[in-house]
Amino acid sequence: MERDDLIVNDQYSMDAHHSEEAGKKIRKKIWIVTLILTVITAFEVALGVFFKRADTYTWESIKITFIILTLVKAAYIVMSFMHLGDERKNLRNIILVPYAIFAIYLIFIGLTEGIFTETIRGLFR
Amino acid sequence: MSGEATKPVDKSILWGGGRSPFSVSYGKMMMWFFLVSDALTFSGLLVAYGLTRHAESEPWTIGEQAFNAFPGIDASLPLAYVAMMTFILIVSSVTMVLSVEAGHRNDHKGVAKWLGLTIIGGFFFLGSQAWEWNHFIHGGGGAFQVNEEMSVTGTDPDGEAMSLTLSTGDRVHFEHHYGNELYEVLHHNSGPATEASIHGSHDSGHGDAHGAEGELSAMTMDELGAPGTLIINKYVEDEMHVEGPEALKLWNSRVENSFVFGANMHENEYGPQSYANFFFFITGFHGFHVFSGVLINIIVFLMVIKGVFKRRGHYEMVEKVGLYWHFVDLVWVFVFTFFYLI
Repeated sequence: MERDDLIVNDQYSMDAHHSEEAGKKIRKKIWIVTLILTVITAFEVALGVFFKRADTYTWESIKITFIILTLVKAAYIVMSFMHLGDERKNLRNIILVPYAIFAIYLIFIGLTEGIFTETIRGLFR
Repeated sequence: MSGEATKPVDKSILWGGGRSPFSVSYGKMMMWFFLVSDALTFSGLLVAYGLTRHAESEPWTIGEQAFNAFPGIDASLPLAYVAMMTFILIVSSVTMVLSVEAGHRNDHKGVAKWLGLTIIGGFFFLGSQAWEWNHFIHGGGGAFQVNEEMSVTGTDPDGEAMSLTLSTGDRVHFEHHYGNELYEVLHHNSGPATEASIHGSHDSGHGDAHGAEGELSAMTMDELGAPGTLIINKYVEDEMHVEGPEALKLWNSRVENSFVFGANMHENEYGPQSYANFFFFITGFHGFHVFSGVLINIIVFLMVIKGVFKRRGHYEMVEKVGLYWHFVDLVWVFVFTFFYLI
């Protein structure tokens, strides 16, 4: 397999340049991403305002929707605005994979511990 | 956009091994590593918030209830202001990415223009956050907790009659505007006259005995004769509005000293104390990131104006500070979800 950490022909990404035409395309993409992020935010606020918080499946599913939409927004920001989607695959992986492993574990252990604490407090109330 | 290279590189700037791992410069890679560590910091804080929230049995603060004010508009607009803040930050992220794009075309003026707009957006966000904190600290209508289990009747938002059973410690909110006067009475005139006037009727004549204090109390009592609208929001139910004698009954059965107006590190009108503490810490920490981001942007903006990068032949520095700026936006997306929406 070809290594992708070599600089081919002594070329280097620091001087990344693109033409006027390529620029037009990129700007169009930027504005589309802007529109997506704005619409998602507006949709989230509308969901929060129009649905009352009730301890029902509706509110539970809205909460999950919020989290999914947040992750979608985060993906657009990281991949498009931060250009991680344009970087080498290996760079992407050394940034995202260790973070994801740690964060998922942390969320799992934190929430488990929190729910357990609440249960125990309830027993002794 | 990156990865497309056009110019041979001077060997002296390559990494020690004579090549650049992953085809990125040392500076950009280290910025990414810093951002990963910073992301872990924020993850730790947000998970701590999640743990505390799950460990709490009292109903959590409701974002739509605590953040429903908008400067200059005297109406309840839930989440409108914070949605606007989010939009401002997203737009400033967009102007930043446009600045980076202009840099890739060596469009000197474009870089300066978009970076300047990004800085303005940053200041707008910081100002909005200051206002948001000010509103949160100064409170809405005030709230108190009841000291015994009781059944209360009132109306739901559509005006239909409904009743609720409150348990000890449940929180009752005053509708907007009442908090200020009650706060005056309870915190600045805490003598016996205040107690009497709150509990009794304002015709009882104590105003003569206590002069100005009595007057202030009597004035508030006028309001308290029918203490405005109380709002009970047990979060598993729809909100219930309570007025008249029912409201007075609630007020008189409050836990002593449980009337709270606004939020700070010791009390929180809107719910559990830990919400306020985490709110101040995490949004404050994020605000500090925005603040330092604006400072760094200003420095790079001045360098752009002076033509430093024009001489250097590339605008990679703009790209690096751009990464930091987008990261700040990224964190806000999560803060917005977990503090305001859920």
